[in-house]
Amino acid sequence: MTTAATATLVPPGDDASANVQLKYRSQAVAKPYFIAAIGLFVGQIIFGLVMGLQYVIGDFLFPEIPFNVARMVHTNLLIVWLLFGFMGAGYYLIPEEAERELHSPKLALVAFWVFLIAGALTIVGYLAVPYATLARLTGNDILPTMGREFLEQPTITKVGIVVVALTFLYNLSLTVLKGRKTTISLVMMLGLWGLAIFFLFSFYNPTNLVLDKYYWWWVVHLWVEGVWELIMGAMLAFVLVKVTGVDREVIEKWLYLIIAMTLITGIIGTGHHYFWIGTPAYWQVWGSVFSALEPVPFFMMTMFAFNMVNRRRRDHPNKAAVLWALGTGVMAFLGAGVWGFLHTLAPVNYLTHGTQITASHGHMAFYGAYAMVVITMISYAMPLLRGREANGNRAQVVEMWSFWLMTVSMVFITLFLTAAGILQVWMQRMGDSPLPFMVAQEKIAFFYWLREAAGVVFFIGLVLYIVSFFVTGKSRAPR
Amino acid sequence: MASPVEEKRVPGDLAMWCFILAELAVFGVFFLAYGVARRQAPALFAAGQARLHLAPALFNTLLLIAGSATAAAAVRAFSANRQRAGRWLLAATLGSGCVFVVVKLGEFAERLKAGITLSTDTFWMFYLSLTFFHFLHVLLGMVILAAVWWMAGDGRYRPGSLDGVETAAAYWHMVDLVWVVLFALVYVAR
Repeated sequence: MTTAATATLVPPGDDASANVQLKYRSQAVAKPYFIAAIGLFVGQIIFGLVMGLQYVIGDFLFPEIPFNVARMVHTNLLIVWLLFGFMGAGYYLIPEEAERELHSPKLALVAFWVFLIAGALTIVGYLAVPYATLARLTGNDILPTMGREFLEQPTITKVGIVVVALTFLYNLSLTVLKGRKTTISLVMMLGLWGLAIFFLFSFYNPTNLVLDKYYWWWVVHLWVEGVWELIMGAMLAFVLVKVTGVDREVIEKWLYLIIAMTLITGIIGTGHHYFWIGTPAYWQVWGSVFSALEPVPFFMMTMFAFNMVNRRRRDHPNKAAVLWALGTGVMAFLGAGVWGFLHTLAPVNYLTHGTQITASHGHMAFYGAYAMVVITMISYAMPLLRGREANGNRAQVVEMWSFWLMTVSMVFITLFLTAAGILQVWMQRMGDSPLPFMVAQEKIAFFYWLREAAGVVFFIGLVLYIVSFFVTGKSRAPR
Repeated sequence: MASPVEEKRVPGDLAMWCFILAELAVFGVFFLAYGVARRQAPALFAAGQARLHLAPALFNTLLLIAGSATAAAAVRAFSANRQRAGRWLLAATLGSGCVFVVVKLGEFAERLKAGITLSTDTFWMFYLSLTFFHFLHVLLGMVILAAVWWMAGDGRYRPGSLDGVETAAAYWHMVDLVWVVLFALVYVAR
């Protein structure tokens, strides 16, 4: 028998107008968020390619786009598009879980435009004027928060992010409070509130460099190795409930275990960033021990995804979404778990700190965990937002091609950077006569070329992904 | 109604066993790190260990083992539907935990008065980290035991529905097991 979930997806009558298949009309506000996320993702990859080339052709696009600016744009776009993705996911998932309309769809749309315009202006600011000028123009001396990696945004943009986040949380929290409370929505809300709260540390900018770094990690680490994992777990669980039809009770137990392990390992695991910044030496042991177990929650997510798909009680027509969900499980474990573990122990990190090993981990972890979980959500929700249960067969084939192109090329990017990193450590930091930084860099240039080639393939995959939205063909949803 | 099919099952909630495994992994890695550090500075560790008091630690070990025994006996009592005995045995486990906590607090207070901190040296760093981390687990175990003791008041743990009490006992055994290893490694092995 078909489940109730399938039945609700059939539109009443022949009129297949948009939104008719959404359970709650207000879920539609997720759509602009998802579109913006994909658009910014494209920008991120273009700047990644620019930077990849600057690694080997140092004056490429200089002085128009210096390396440090390209890097800032690359990383900031990543964070912003993931935030757009999380917000879109929140607006889509919370009404469905709470079984009621969103508290205020209008507010969600206003917040969208504020966030998009503020984000765009910030990027234009990065590119148009020197960073110091941007700092002066935006009144950084009143409340200095700029100049720190990933938190380069002008103070005014940071305030904007807080305002947008508050309206988002207000909107979703009221929806949850008035509606059904599920484990998925509670974990999602816990993650999103945590995200907002830890971001507040970006306003704290102590003059003591050790303290500055210490609290900087409360934003960076406690985001990606803490509260973002909760968001990721909730999003993955939501999609798995929908595409597999497995009992909530089973999925919720997994979710509890995953968050428990995330918090046990992740919170004290922050210590693996405290090895060499001037904090007490015990952090070397605490950081090593706890972060060594950070792969566990990621491994549990892999097990979770495969287990649920194997126990599925329905075959959802959206095969592409299932593929993305499984891919997230595998790639998050490899990128965040395994590649993180590679250099998390203090004696190893003593040699590898800040080398291309770090970059290799960063690339696969962000793609495998967060980029992929957002794409999983988009892949599942976007067809519904466009009025069908799943895309047509041709569109799904193109989307699956994009999955494999992006995922395999990311594996290669990671492997090339790992090779570069191992050589870098070997030449620059080990042996009797270590080479200077730039000499070692020139010797590993070959791997940077390979990485750039893999990056081009990734970009092709991304273009195909966008093409898949425009491929027409018969929708599989019953009409 | 489900038929009473005999099947392989772990006592208590499977989720708790996953949690216990994860906890054991954390302690395992910590013990490993202790071993490595001790190998690198045997004299320093010997000097530190010489200042530890064996008697109260041994007393605490016996307490936890006794507590584990009463926890196991409690499960057996509930499985025989002896409600009063079950609750008393759970209370006894809880009591052993309380005494452990008091003795341990005394030990911590003494170290604190002697000016020992995490930064004193590697031995004391490990000593404080390991014992305090374990201490937190004793507290968590006591919270779980107390909750189960409280819930047992309505007679919900009966033959065939022992999940809660088994789960609590399993966790307490883990707390006990880790302490036995910790005691051997940090207090005894010199």
